[in-house]
Amino acid sequence: MTDTLTDTASGTGREPGYPIDRSPHCPFSPPAGLRALQSTAPLRKVRLWDGSGAWLVTRYAELRTLAADPRISSDILRPGYPHVSLGSLERARRQTSFIVMDDPAHARLRRLVTAPFTVRRIQALRPAVQELVDELIDTMLAGPCPTDLVREFALPLPSLVICRLLGVPYADHAFFQRHSAALLNRDSAERATEAQRILTDYLDGLVAEKLVRPTDDLLSVLATEQVAPGLLERRDLTAIAMLLLVAGHETTANMIALGTLALLRHPDQLDALRATDDPARVAGAVEELLRHLTIVQTGLRRVALADIEIAGQVIRAGEAVILAIDAANHDATAFTEPDRLDLGRDARRHVAFGYGVHQCLGQQLARMELQVVYSTLYRRIPTLRLAADPAGLPYKHDSIVYGVHELPVAW
Amino acid sequence: MRVTLHQDKCVASGQCVLAAQEVFDQRDEDGVAVLLDDSPPAGAHDDVRHAAAVCPALAITLAES
Ligand code: HEM
Ligand code: SF4
Repeated sequence: MTDTLTDTASGTGREPGYPIDRSPHCPFSPPAGLRALQSTAPLRKVRLWDGSGAWLVTRYAELRTLAADPRISSDILRPGYPHVSLGSLERARRQTSFIVMDDPAHARLRRLVTAPFTVRRIQALRPAVQELVDELIDTMLAGPCPTDLVREFALPLPSLVICRLLGVPYADHAFFQRHSAALLNRDSAERATEAQRILTDYLDGLVAEKLVRPTDDLLSVLATEQVAPGLLERRDLTAIAMLLLVAGHETTANMIALGTLALLRHPDQLDALRATDDPARVAGAVEELLRHLTIVQTGLRRVALADIEIAGQVIRAGEAVILAIDAANHDATAFTEPDRLDLGRDARRHVAFGYGVHQCLGQQLARMELQVVYSTLYRRIPTLRLAADPAGLPYKHDSIVYGVHELPVAW
Repeated sequence: MRVTLHQDKCVASGQCVLAAQEVFDQRDEDGVAVLLDDSPPAGAHDDVRHAAAVCPALAITLAES
């Protein structure tokens, strides 16, 4: 799997493989091999699972420059695009959402769904999210101890929130959580493709129902205002629903569980977080955890539309580009002592939500949920502790989004 | 300092509003940013510079005097 870094010149000889495995004793920082690549050059050629080559961009400055460059395409159907795993192209031919499209199609579709995610609209949801967090904690405390924080808390919270927003019945959570996880798994193409089919059928049925019996939610609004008058195809709404449902719960859930694990392993920082009443300090802690953990671990996938000169190299038109946001967030030229978790630092320039026109649509929602969680969970349960050996935890090495499958905790 | 906001580029990330709430807001209908003050007071300059630096769409340009 992981190659030794014996070659020097990019594009010649044997290139290092990507993704690179994490070191088992260091579950939070980017893989040591990735850092080694970063120390040699801002970008260099790597080899992917299918034997194809790609430019891997690991430094902060160059990554931001390329991420915002309109000559860098997100179009998953374009030849040269670096697919994350087997079956990815086949799935994309069946269904694509705007995360893997270029402007103007991307901008048109994204703008249909931006309204509920503004800073103001998300702040208005905060009291309801606080209530949900308190209820989930009450339920957890009333249940058996130790328990799995992922199942009891980290997954239910963002799932409940995105379900309400979209108008997806939460009663179906076990079903869509299972298939979302399969969709993000890099190792089983058949399962991912099956999950795509099952989730598409499910959401298409839901859209059909909203067309007939609209309720007070985003899918109903889009169904009646866009699909019914023929402004948006029904299959495009299904694709949007799928993107928001999958992106909306897996990511935040992983930040809750992995963030808790990181804090439990840094008790001094956890104490400081627990002691503060200052919303700005909590918000700062969320940014630092987003930076430090950068859970999107397989890079942002792109393909060059033209020859691009950068850092003394030329990326040729048609070549694959991977923007390693985890490496960039641990670039010492951008963040001092990048491997140190420091909740007091100003980490707001991180690229954990990406950069450029595809920067995370749900970022304000994710921030607000994490702020409520990190300022409530450890105060309500001051004795919260890990109930398992951290080295033996089931880390999500095989997923596009890093995290833990399970986090046994006690109090 | 003079602030210019290119609304046609904006992707409604909300980053500028987080950074400088007195200077930027978002439209309710689609989240596109609006400029509340194109020559903000000196006390807001650091926040506005930060907003311009984190805008993912490079939609905010500054002319410093
Ligand atoms: C901590 C939680 C989250 C992280 C770390 C995260 C990370 C990211 C990243 C890195 C991208 C950029 C992908 C690219 O450029 O190729 C992205 C895009 C996106 N995210 Fe998130 N995300 C999170 C939460 C959410 C939530 C809660 C939602 C839901 C509603 C969401 C919806 C989206 C969508 C729709 C896009 C595509 C935007 C576009 O292509 O214009 N994300 N996210
Ligand atoms: S930071 Fe940029 S993209 Fe985001 S809302 Fe402000 S102007 Fe728009």
